[in-house]
Amino acid sequence: MPDVLDLIGIDKAFGSHRVLRDVTLALPAGRVTVLMGANGAGKSTLVKILSGVHARDAGRVSLAGRPFAPRSPLAARSAGVVTVHQSIDDGVVPDLDIAANLMLEEMASGRGGFWYRRGRARDRAREIAGRMGLDFDLSRPVRELALADRQTVAIARAMAANPRVLILDEPTSSLSAREAERLFVLVERLRADGVSILYISHRMSDIERLADRIVVLRDGAVSGTFETRPLDTAAALEAMLGQATPSAGTGVRADARVRAGPDGHDDPGDPGLHLDALRLLPGSDPVTTRIGRGEIVAVTGLVGSGKGALAEIVAGLHRPAAGAMRLDGAPYAPSGIGDAIAHGVFLVPRDRAGNAVVPAFDIAANLSLPFTARRSRAGFLSRAAERGVATALIERLGIVCRSPRDGIGTLSGGNQQKVMIARWLSEPSRVLVLDEPFQGVDIRARRDIGARLRDEAVERATLVLVSEIDEALEIADRILVMANHTLVGEHRNRDVDLPGLMRQIATPPATERHAA
Amino acid sequence: MIHLAIRFGFIVLLLGLVLFFSLAADGFAGPHSAVFIFQSVAITGILALGVTCTLVVDGFDLSIGAVATSALMLSSYVMVVWEGGAALAIVACLLMGALVGLVNGLLIVRMKVPDLLATLGIMFLLIGLQRIPTEGRSIATGMTLPDGRVAEGTFSAVFLALGRHRFDLVIERLLPVSVVVLVVVAVLVWVFLELTRHGRLMYAIGSNQRAARLAGVPVDRYKVLAYVISGVLASVGGMLMAARLGRGDIASGNNLLLDAVAAALIGYAVLGAARPNAFGTAMGALFVGILLQGLTMMNAPYYTQDFVKGAVLVLALMFTFSLSARRDATR
Repeated sequence: MPDVLDLIGIDKAFGSHRVLRDVTLALPAGRVTVLMGANGAGKSTLVKILSGVHARDAGRVSLAGRPFAPRSPLAARSAGVVTVHQSIDDGVVPDLDIAANLMLEEMASGRGGFWYRRGRARDRAREIAGRMGLDFDLSRPVRELALADRQTVAIARAMAANPRVLILDEPTSSLSAREAERLFVLVERLRADGVSILYISHRMSDIERLADRIVVLRDGAVSGTFETRPLDTAAALEAMLGQATPSAGTGVRADARVRAGPDGHDDPGDPGLHLDALRLLPGSDPVTTRIGRGEIVAVTGLVGSGKGALAEIVAGLHRPAAGAMRLDGAPYAPSGIGDAIAHGVFLVPRDRAGNAVVPAFDIAANLSLPFTARRSRAGFLSRAAERGVATALIERLGIVCRSPRDGIGTLSGGNQQKVMIARWLSEPSRVLVLDEPFQGVDIRARRDIGARLRDEAVERATLVLVSEIDEALEIADRILVMANHTLVGEHRNRDVDLPGLMRQIATPPATERHAA
Repeated sequence: MIHLAIRFGFIVLLLGLVLFFSLAADGFAGPHSAVFIFQSVAITGILALGVTCTLVVDGFDLSIGAVATSALMLSSYVMVVWEGGAALAIVACLLMGALVGLVNGLLIVRMKVPDLLATLGIMFLLIGLQRIPTEGRSIATGMTLPDGRVAEGTFSAVFLALGRHRFDLVIERLLPVSVVVLVVVAVLVWVFLELTRHGRLMYAIGSNQRAARLAGVPVDRYKVLAYVISGVLASVGGMLMAARLGRGDIASGNNLLLDAVAAALIGYAVLGAARPNAFGTAMGALFVGILLQGLTMMNAPYYTQDFVKGAVLVLALMFTFSLSARRDATR
């Protein structure tokens, strides 16, 4: 099969952060190429370059032998590269009927003329629907459809442009197993028609079902290409999550091995956080474990494995479906995040820009956000107290800035992340939960943060959620593996059985196990 | 250079305006003229300070004008129809303002109604509600009530003093109560927003609500508080208006909402804040007052006033947003 789309040496940086490094990859016609990569590996940036949202900094892309550099999503689409984004509702207009949704591009392009001719639109839509094997009543508004049906409409809409390349960005992330199966049938039909498909997914079941080839991105570079059947998915996972080569270590890992963690016995009165038969979802298997004081426990797992849900329950954002938690021996059932903070359980959330940074504030004010009560007297904030705390924290974490009064927006991503972590180190905590603290952070900041967490680990129980195994190996005393919203593995960070850990990460969904 | 322009441009403009009118308009420069300007913007300014609090939490209160006119009618009704005293009228109005703010806030945080729509709905509700007890007529002593009785009550002297008394300041009988109230309210709101932790947290909510929530800030409570402050200040403005008019005039206060919002938005431009702030709001109100008074004294016709206000608002907004966007780009 000839290659439809060729990418050679693609580079892309945002500021000083290099998101894509010399990415070379080819998409053959009539093949499903699965693109794998952990969060922040550069998948979405690559998709955005192909779909005309971002421009590449360097490299060449050719589509069917001709140079391809779309300046807008519309240009990419009319050249024949169509993307269905992860959020399904970005792909459909809920209040219009299916026919109008299928015709949207044609209407927007102006080829349809001034009047919206319902009859003609319906005929054209029926033609598209027929080609895709859809059997919907085309006059139904899209908002009445189930999620999977909406997605089918979004894909049908993408197909109305007769694309040569179809990019599906995590299309099954919100679908049930049966709904996903319908999507697979659709994808197979398109493949048979000779469409080149770039399929982005974390779900191993999707990948095993559909992939003709697998390309793995890691830290913005291609870390593995797999095309000989049967596809070695375990090796692909390893390429995605890292093989924990010693050279990748930060130096703190050596301490981790020497440090004595708590023994295996579990005394209910032990300091730290105990999870007793905690069910994250009503149907999931219970989680029982202990994160002792002085210990750093890393939780790893794929997207949707439930590690985020675990963090949110510990931090008081959600209630568990069943089970209980104990903190330093006493029952712990936070009524909300404020209550959790009052108990000394702090959460450093993921997605710094959306969940943590207050862009209007300077560094000092960002640092004191959760603890304004402790920085004020009779309700009046003490600027001096804030500045004092900020100066000490800037020193302690090595935040590069001119003064605590600098706007937070003037800092680099890594330094912003340091501020977000320093925010929660400014007061003593009993449990510190960090959700993907190394995402979008350069290597130096990552080392600084890891070293700081290790140095101060004795004071608290630390729970770190990471997608990349390297990060877990660098920082943790113990590594917990999650899948299907429960624990599927536990490893002391000493001669970890990596292949076994990889297999645990790839634990298939429970429904499939029952079916098999 | 651009930083200086953003920071002091507006203040320079304000001073230039004062200088120009002092030279061009006879009698503009003088204590009485100054007090008149303050008085003309006092009620708008008080309302604008309330709306500033809602802008700080990234909200918006469109009901302030209606709350003010409701307070005007309520205080008149209490004194003229119920024959109550000044204290009762004041307490009733403050409670009404707080209650409306509470309802606004709960609609927004509990029912998830978008702020503009919730407060727009309440605005309509209040405009209608304040007309029902008197069947759409203004309230004054001697009026005939719907049941045929004649209203015998009068505005209490203490209440009227709120609108008419003038304190001595250097010159005898110079400073009206409303100006004193404006200054006190402005200082209180400024202190609250800039110096207390509550103000800080409200700004945090306005800048990144999710971050504030994840830092344990009781976001919903602060949002409701902002609307309550806004409602209470609007009712204060309404009472001052009632005290000045001495009757429950159904047609008063038509421009209050737009003028107050304009003042708060012009405030974004003051000192390059590019965000809602109490000092800016007060300056914004003053700026509009000076401009209108000056133009009036130079014999500009009254019907050009709204045009002038609109032009000032658009200029201030352009100034704030385009210049600070450019500053961020050059940083």
